[in-house]
Amino acid sequence: MTMTAAEPEERDPFAGLPEEDPDVLARLHARLVEDAGREGVLDVTYRTLDTPAGQLLLAATDQGLVRVAYAVQDHDAVLRQLADRVSPRILRAPGRLDEAARQIDGYFARRREGFELPLDWRLSKGFRREVLAHLPAIGYGRTESYAQVAAAAGSPRAVRAVGTACATNPLPLIVPCHRVVRSDGSPGGYAGGAAAKRVLLDLEAAA
Amino acid sequence: MADHGPMVLRVVRAVLGPHDAEDAWSEAFLAALRAYPELPADANVEAWLVTIAHRKAVDVTRANARRPLPVAEPPDRPAPTGPPEHWDPDQWDPALWQALKALPDRQRHVLAYHHLAGLPYKDIAALTGGTAEAARRAAADGMRTLRRTYPRKPDDPPDADPAPARRPAPARTPTEPTTTEPKAAKPKTGATDPATATADRTDPATRREGRDDHDRR
Repeated sequence: MTMTAAEPEERDPFAGLPEEDPDVLARLHARLVEDAGREGVLDVTYRTLDTPAGQLLLAATDQGLVRVAYAVQDHDAVLRQLADRVSPRILRAPGRLDEAARQIDGYFARRREGFELPLDWRLSKGFRREVLAHLPAIGYGRTESYAQVAAAAGSPRAVRAVGTACATNPLPLIVPCHRVVRSDGSPGGYAGGAAAKRVLLDLEAAA
Repeated sequence: MADHGPMVLRVVRAVLGPHDAEDAWSEAFLAALRAYPELPADANVEAWLVTIAHRKAVDVTRANARRPLPVAEPPDRPAPTGPPEHWDPDQWDPALWQALKALPDRQRHVLAYHHLAGLPYKDIAALTGGTAEAARRAAADGMRTLRRTYPRKPDDPPDADPAPARRPAPARTPTEPTTTEPKAAKPKTGATDPATATADRTDPATRREGRDDHDRR
């Protein structure tokens, strides 16, 4: 490594102060999460988790898990939406999402077929929420068509609306919209992309 | 907001030194979280964080002035040109802090807010009082002194530094004139979320377990 030779009176004295200090910042950040939580000024915490279906963003409020997002959904954009729609008081705090991460890991390791996590449904409203509330009834390894889900939600003609509800599911994977497929049996679209849907359906089919 | 963590840490370190910097950082971000919902959407978050950090710095300086002297004085650390194994990797060049500490408060503040936070002098003047021109002069005076007093031994040329890896390369070209209007506006260096490092402490009071309201059949 070569250093730029410079006259002492021309060099930047602040070069003696690190631009980045990850260890100290990690410590400060952990302390901030703790202090802010205690003071009640931390509304949303998040972490990421690597899975066979890609990297997931997990976000929670004090009510429960509020958002799960795939990398293709752009995690930065999702965090901005959370700031707008839930609260700008957002910090990364992996510890608070340990249980969710543990259950998701267990799902991909085929150790569990469902999730037992408190959920915060505030990002889903009206008919979409009714549709999503029905989805956990589609058991592990099974699928239903968009039309079947529409009928189950009490609006047999609302097939397109079911598609929209699935596409805008704030809690994909946990609320299993990947089990809703086309009537011809082909997977159809998915919030996390067709490849992620395939991974989930194959995983569950292999069980 | 967390994107600005590294910048604010540099600023409070330069203004307050290793002893009080971390408390000031924590208080600034906590104050920011408290106030966040009232912040206008188009607010300049960086300038705002620096403003909070500045107030904390003034508070700490006042509190230290009232405190018996030895407490506020960190012990002398090894000289920056010493062998690398004598450096505390969590710390930064102690000789820089010795040199900064010797500056008048105002010069140290203005230098940090301009060169580390990238604030224009007119914003700094609004923060510290006085005119933009006075702030610019304070920064120039401070920088001149700093270059004389740091490194302490002026006959140590920087390229003879025995531990170059410990000292980050200058962020700006060293030949750049110091008086040009804001040149240090680069607090964001890519993925600088301090949170990329894990913080795996769990607050037991807010831990959620066992409830099962997802099974809404």
